Amino acid sequence: MTGHPTSERPQPLIVGAGPAGIRAAEALVAAGLRPLVVDEAPACGGQIYRQRLAPDGRSSRDLYGSEAAKAETLHRDFAALDGKLDYWPQALLWNLRDGRADIMIEGTSRQVAYDGLLLATGATDRTLPLPGWTLPGVFTLGGAQIALKSQGCAIGSKVVFLGSGPLLYLVAWQYMKAGAKVAAVLDTAPFAAKFNLLRGLPLFPGIVLRGMRMTAELKLAGIALHYGVGDVRIEGASKVEAIAWRQDGLEHRLTCDGIGYGLALRSETQLADLAGCRFAFNARDRAVLPERDAAGRTSVPGVYLAGDGAGIAGADAAERAGERVALALLQDRGLPHDAARAAALEAELARISRFREVLEAAFPFPAHWVRDIADATTLCRCEEITAGEVRAAINRFGVHELNRLKAVSRVGMGRCQGRICAAAAAELLAHEAGRGIEAVGRLRSQAPVKPVPLTLALTAQQEAAE
Amino acid sequence: MSRRLEVDVAIIGGGLVGSSAALALRGLGFSVALLDKGFCGAQASGVNYGGVRRQGRPIEQLPLSQRAHAVWPRLRALIGIDGEFLRSGHLKLARDEADMASLEAYAEAVAEQGLDLELIGHNGLRERFGWIGDGIVGASFCPGDGHANPRLVSTGFAAAARRAGVEVLENTAVEGVTRDGGGFALEAAGNLTLRSRFVVNSAGAWAAPFAESFGEPVPLSRIYPSMVVTEPMEPVMSVNIGMEGGGIYARQVERGNIVVGGERALPLNDPDLSRPRGDGAIAIMNNAAALFPGLRHAQAIRFWSGTEGAMPDKNPVIGPSETTHGLIHAFGFTGAGFQIAPGVGEVLAELVRDGETQTPIAAFSIGRFRETSARTDAGSGAGQNQEPQH
Repeated sequence: MTGHPTSERPQPLIVGAGPAGIRAAEALVAAGLRPLVVDEAPACGGQIYRQRLAPDGRSSRDLYGSEAAKAETLHRDFAALDGKLDYWPQALLWNLRDGRADIMIEGTSRQVAYDGLLLATGATDRTLPLPGWTLPGVFTLGGAQIALKSQGCAIGSKVVFLGSGPLLYLVAWQYMKAGAKVAAVLDTAPFAAKFNLLRGLPLFPGIVLRGMRMTAELKLAGIALHYGVGDVRIEGASKVEAIAWRQDGLEHRLTCDGIGYGLALRSETQLADLAGCRFAFNARDRAVLPERDAAGRTSVPGVYLAGDGAGIAGADAAERAGERVALALLQDRGLPHDAARAAALEAELARISRFREVLEAAFPFPAHWVRDIADATTLCRCEEITAGEVRAAINRFGVHELNRLKAVSRVGMGRCQGRICAAAAAELLAHEAGRGIEAVGRLRSQAPVKPVPLTLALTAQQEAAE
Repeated sequence: MSRRLEVDVAIIGGGLVGSSAALALRGLGFSVALLDKGFCGAQASGVNYGGVRRQGRPIEQLPLSQRAHAVWPRLRALIGIDGEFLRSGHLKLARDEADMASLEAYAEAVAEQGLDLELIGHNGLRERFGWIGDGIVGASFCPGDGHANPRLVSTGFAAAARRAGVEVLENTAVEGVTRDGGGFALEAAGNLTLRSRFVVNSAGAWAAPFAESFGEPVPLSRIYPSMVVTEPMEPVMSVNIGMEGGGIYARQVERGNIVVGGERALPLNDPDLSRPRGDGAIAIMNNAAALFPGLRHAQAIRFWSGTEGAMPDKNPVIGPSETTHGLIHAFGFTGAGFQIAPGVGEVLAELVRDGETQTPIAAFSIGRFRETSARTDAGSGAGQNQEPQH
C-alpha cells in the first residue's frame, strides 16, 4: 500500500481528500514530492463531492447538479495521481504529536512520521438546539445531502428544510430534483437579508444567479418558502411528526417525517489544535479558529491549513487554498514554486472572502435563538445534558470559560467531543455569563479525535515512516 | 488599575488543597484570599483519576488520610454537592504470588490503622468480581474506599469557598511574595497588591519557587498521569480497581463511562501542559480490554493528562516553613493528593489558628530536604525573589 518516499525526509502528510486535499496533493506531486493522503471516506471528494457507495445508475449531473463538472474533474485529477502518492482511504488520523501521526486503518493503528502536515479537514453543520432536534428523522443539512449523494435515499417521504446558509436552498433543490417531496423551506433570516446577495453580483454573478434560479425553481414546483422563521419546535412521540414555528407573530405548523436542519457550517479544527496551532476568534465565523497567513501557514512551522477546516469559505476556495498552501510548503522547503501562480490564487481567495461577507449578511446565524432555548431542551446529545442543566452548572460554579463549563457539566465530553454541541454551548455560556462570544474561549481538543476501539492494535512502524 | 486587598490568610493555588483550606479557614472566622494563576481546580486536582483511596498509602499518611476519610461522606453538607462520591470499596489486584505477598505484608503493617482490609484469594475473586478476567491470583479489598468526580469536587470546594466569603481570585498569578515586619506582601497579576498575616503555599507543581524564595529549596518534579475514558457502559465495575506494583487503575463513573489510568503522558512545549502519548494510550486501552473482558468491544472516546507535583520520597510537603513565620507549605502530593486533600485543608486551618495540629504530619516536614539541598542562608532570599509564576 505504501510506496517509497523520493527523499530521505519523511513524506508530507495531507489529511483529507476533499477539494483542498486533492489540489494540495496534485501540486506536491507536480513538484516531485510523494505525499501521503489520509481520508476517512472510502473514496475521494470530501463532503461536497462525495461519491456513491456503489454505481447506482445516477449520473454526476444527478448527484452534483451544476457542480458536476467540478466534481468529475476533481475525482479524475486525483485518480491521475495514482502511483505518485500514497492514499489511505477509510483511515482515521486520531492523534498527532511531534511530527508523528497515529492513524487507524483496518482496525490497527500505525504511527507515521511526516515532514510537512497539510490539514484539509473540512467542516460539519453548525446547529443550535431546538425542542425535538434529537428525534429520529431530524438530520443536519449535510447529513441529508450525504444520504442523497452517497446512499441515494431521502431522509423522509415529506421533508422540511430548516436553517440558514446557501446549503439550505441547495439541499432542498437537490431533493426536489431527485423526486423527493419537499414540504417547505424554513429560512431563519428575514427575506430582506437576501437583498444583500445583490452586493455579491459583481463578485460572482454566476453563483448569485444560480442561487436565484434554484429559489425560483423551488417556488415553481409549489414548495413554500418561509422567511424570518423563529421559535421552532419539532414535534413527535418517537420520531418526527410535525414542525411548528412562529413567523410575523403567527403560529404555523406542518406535518412532515423528515427534517434537514443546519445553520451554516463549522470548521473541523481538532487536528490543528493537537498540532499545536495558535487559535484566535474569527468574528465572521463566530468561532475560534486556527490562525493562518494568506498562504495557509499556521503558527507552527511545517503545519499548513486549507479549506473549510480553517474557516468556512466553500469548495471553490478550498481548491485554490489547497493548491496555494502546497506552494507554501514547497517554498518553505526551498523547492521551486510558482510565485505568480501563488499570487493569483491569493487574489482569487481574497475575492471569495469578500463574497463570504455577502453570504454571511444574506444568511445570518440566528445567535439570538440562544436566549429562548428552553431548559428542557437537550443541548449535549452525547452526554444527554439539557440547556437547563448547563445553565444551572454555569450559575452554581460561577463559570465563564468553555473548558470550565465542560468540566462541571460534561458538555462536550462525549463521543463527539463537542463537535456537535460546543458552538451552542459557547453561545449559551456567553449569554448566561453576560460576555461576548469571543470571550468564552473554545474547547481544547483531546485525542482521540473520534472514538477508537479499546482493542486497537499498535502495528510496527510503517515504511512511510522510514 | 491597581487594587489592594488585606486579609488574614493568602492562599497561593486554588487546587483542592488550597480551596478546602480556604473553606476551613473561613469556617474558623479568618478572612481569606484564594489566588490561582488559572482557574481553581483546573490542574491536577480537577483532572486526576478520581480515586478516593487510603489503601496502598505509606503508613505515615494514614492518620491524615483517615481524617480526610471522614470528610468525604459530608461533601453535600460542606460544599452543596456530593461530587459523585461513591464509597464503592477499592480492590487492589495481585498478578502473581509475589504481588499477593506484598499485599499481605501491607495488610499486616496497617492492621491497627482501621482500613479493615480483606484479603481475597483467586476463588473468592471469581465469585465476587466475575467481571475481572483471568490472570489475577488474588486481591486486597478496602471496603470504605471509593471514588469521586475530581472535576466537580475541586471546583465545588472553590465555589463553596467563594459563597462562604473567601475572595477567590482566578487568573491571578502571584508574581512575588515578600515578608516584612507585619506579615506578607503579595504582588499578583492585574496590579493586585495583597497583604496578609499568613501565606499558604499550595501551588502544586508550581510550588517550588515560592518555597525557594524563602530559603527552602525542594526537589519538586513533575509527573503527567495519562487517562483514557470509554463511552458509557452498562454498570459492571462495582469497585475502584488498582494493581499492586502499578499497571492500570480503573473505575466506572455514575454516567457509565470507565476511566482507566496508567502510563505517563509527556509535557508539551509549554511544560504546564501535557498530553498522553498515542502508544501509551493504546497500552492502557489494550491492558484494560485484557483485564476486563466486558470492555473488549468498548470504544475509547477521550484521553487526558494533567500536571502534578511529585517528591522523590512520594510524600507531600505539609507544615510550617522552617525559615519564615506565618508561611505554611502543602504541595507535592505525587499523584495521590485527591483523597487526602480535604483533610489537609483542615490541618492547614488548624496550623494557622493554633500553630499546630493533632494530626501527625512530622513525616511531611519541609525540613527533611534540608541536608540534601544546597541551602542558602535561611530567610536571606525572602523578600528578594520576584520570579514570576506562570
